[in-house]
Amino acid sequence: MVRTFYDEMYDASGAVRPHYQAFARWLADTPDELLAQRRREADLLFHRAGITFTLYGDDQGTERLIPFDIIPRSIPASEWRIVERGCIQRVQALNMFLADLYHDQRIIKAGIVPAEQVLANEGYQIAMQGLNLHRDLYAHIAGVDLVRDGDGSYYVLEDNLRTPSGVSYMLEDRKMMMRLFPELFAAQRVAPIDHYPNLLLDTLKSSSPLDNPNVVVLTPGRFNSAYFEHAFLSREMGVELVEGADLFVRDDKLFMRTTAGAKQVDVVYRRLDDAFLDPLAFNPDSMLGVPGLLACYRSGNVVLANAIGTGVADDKSIYPYVDDMIRFYLSEEPILKNVPTFQCRKPAELSHVLANLEHLVVKETQGSGGYGMLVGPAATKAEIEDFRARLIARPEAYIAQPTLCLSTCPTFVERGIAPRHIDLRPFVLSGKETRIVPGGLTRVALREGSLVVNSSQGGGTKDTWVVED
Amino acid sequence: MLSRTASDLYWMSRYLERAENLARMLEVSYSLSLMPQDGRGDGLEELALPLLITGTLDDYLERHGPLHAERMLHFFALDATNPASIYCCLQAARSNAHAVRGRITADMWENINATWLEIHGIAQQGLSRYGISRFCEWVKERSHLFRGATFGTIMRGDPYRFIRLGTFIERADNTLRLLDARYEMLGEDIDEVDGRPARSYYQWTALLRALSSFEAFAEIYRGSPGTRKVSELLLLRADVPRSLRACMDELSLMLASLPGDNGRPAQRLAAELEARLRYTSIEEVLDEGLHAWLTDFILLVRQLGQAIQSSYLEVA
Repeated sequence: MVRTFYDEMYDASGAVRPHYQAFARWLADTPDELLAQRRREADLLFHRAGITFTLYGDDQGTERLIPFDIIPRSIPASEWRIVERGCIQRVQALNMFLADLYHDQRIIKAGIVPAEQVLANEGYQIAMQGLNLHRDLYAHIAGVDLVRDGDGSYYVLEDNLRTPSGVSYMLEDRKMMMRLFPELFAAQRVAPIDHYPNLLLDTLKSSSPLDNPNVVVLTPGRFNSAYFEHAFLSREMGVELVEGADLFVRDDKLFMRTTAGAKQVDVVYRRLDDAFLDPLAFNPDSMLGVPGLLACYRSGNVVLANAIGTGVADDKSIYPYVDDMIRFYLSEEPILKNVPTFQCRKPAELSHVLANLEHLVVKETQGSGGYGMLVGPAATKAEIEDFRARLIARPEAYIAQPTLCLSTCPTFVERGIAPRHIDLRPFVLSGKETRIVPGGLTRVALREGSLVVNSSQGGGTKDTWVVED
Repeated sequence: MLSRTASDLYWMSRYLERAENLARMLEVSYSLSLMPQDGRGDGLEELALPLLITGTLDDYLERHGPLHAERMLHFFALDATNPASIYCCLQAARSNAHAVRGRITADMWENINATWLEIHGIAQQGLSRYGISRFCEWVKERSHLFRGATFGTIMRGDPYRFIRLGTFIERADNTLRLLDARYEMLGEDIDEVDGRPARSYYQWTALLRALSSFEAFAEIYRGSPGTRKVSELLLLRADVPRSLRACMDELSLMLASLPGDNGRPAQRLAAELEARLRYTSIEEVLDEGLHAWLTDFILLVRQLGQAIQSSYLEVA
């Protein structure tokens, strides 16, 4: 099978695309030794700064660096404007979907999304039913994963409406590039992104009806894989970074323990999954949450961002309906494309999937982080058979999609520069208005031919530029 | 600020100060162990003193048997399984810093993280290859750098105050213990034996150097060190930064400037101790007996630490 990949830097004839020309000239003019030296410097700086993540399943709790590649992913501004509008449209529709789902369920009554898909979904939280949220916002912070197929058009791979992470790498990558190669930013106008923490704080404040709410970031603790990011964001926003044990509920109000006594908390940017938030309401074994938090939340005395129960809308089994949601709630045509998706719970689609496993990507509807997925074309016979058995046993837990020809971007690898597959995660903030900083996090699969970009699976990151064209 | 954050900041600086003090302890013992021992063995007793002061000698004997210079030095400095080693103190300090990295400046975090990365390299080389004096210098220097980064970059708010509290509680305790241990080791307190400076001279000089107070001593007293002068310098002089009095002044000042009412027990105790040192003369201390006085004060400093702990760091 011949597969053609869209390369971000070079067109089909091998010529440098216009928006990469300034960079390509600089790359050609910069001696190899200097680049190698700067790359070592970047590693050292990241290590010193402790910009690391922790890998699950690694008992040592070893902190690792996420590989950083110095060749940026560049997007022309005209193209970006379309992506931006598309992401905003999508997140608006998803928020309206969540508000509808936990109130009148018009979309179910209209027969657009089947009731059992929603109500039997693990992400659906009955506790949210009928609860009114300020501004009707559920996913204050969303990450939309985009990829480009062979013809260069953008597809949404998945929505992340729970606790999307990676924004700290987006910001640190930019800081690193500006530190290592200031001349690049003098030569070209790259849209700035470092106001993100400001926007985030603004979004979190506007999620509360209070004028100047007390905002905190709730982390599971320093052994969490994204702890660096939690600390980073709280620092940048100038708010407290709290763990469950720092909080307690009294009279349906949330307080934190401070050196000057108890202090009320109004908004919690929680980086903790629903199941761990409140041992009284959810997982009773969780030591990470705050007993009584749900009751306090339901009384309207605290805002959680994101809200409880957003997982129902970014579930991969709901994903096929997003286009219809956009039409239903906004009366607009979707700007970004959805990847055609086979729902294995439907017998006809399941048999098609089973017959074509070697060409398809199969994902768990509740999975994330690149765990529990099958990439057909890259899988061994045994892996395919293993998935076949799992599909037959629990078809409703899986969806399948055609293998996309993820676009490539030149990347430093052991032997010089070679194309590697990438994706893009812009971060969408919903408050008084829906906003997005230009670009997002570009993840790159460092292994040759690999399509899995997750850092837990050996992916790296690149700085993402939106450049005037 | 959050009690847990305050606690992490406080313990971060306590552990770092402890690592520095352990290095100072090691330095003085190591240099004295190289002196002629007046027929009193091979310096092993001197090298065992840091273990004795830190209460880890029994642990050492149990694990490693009889006194052995290289084993003792490793146990005290770099043993990752000895929770009281310099290595483990730096690990604990870094771990506390990691927990509050959002509340300290990037300069501070990078500094303490770099220290932690470097000691791995040193541990791999081994202490004897790296050099004991060089290692002690290195620990002190890293501690100085961190303090400088802290002083130069962090906002003068509550986080800064808790960092200082940790430093001075630890330092007060250390000065008391070091002085006590040296006094015990001293023997006769006379200036000269047969025209040569007595053993006590070297003891006191080494102690003053270890506490970076030799220059201050020379400037203030201009003479050879003895129990009275050294004790006065290290206990009662407000202008000597490692003296007990200087530590207590700082503790009282920091506690008084913390907001809230729940700290009253700690604030009152610190103020009492500060006043006691301010209005005590060295004669009164010596009349009571230096060892008894020091033992008493070690307990008081520990009480103050506990008061800080219960007033601020574990508030419900």
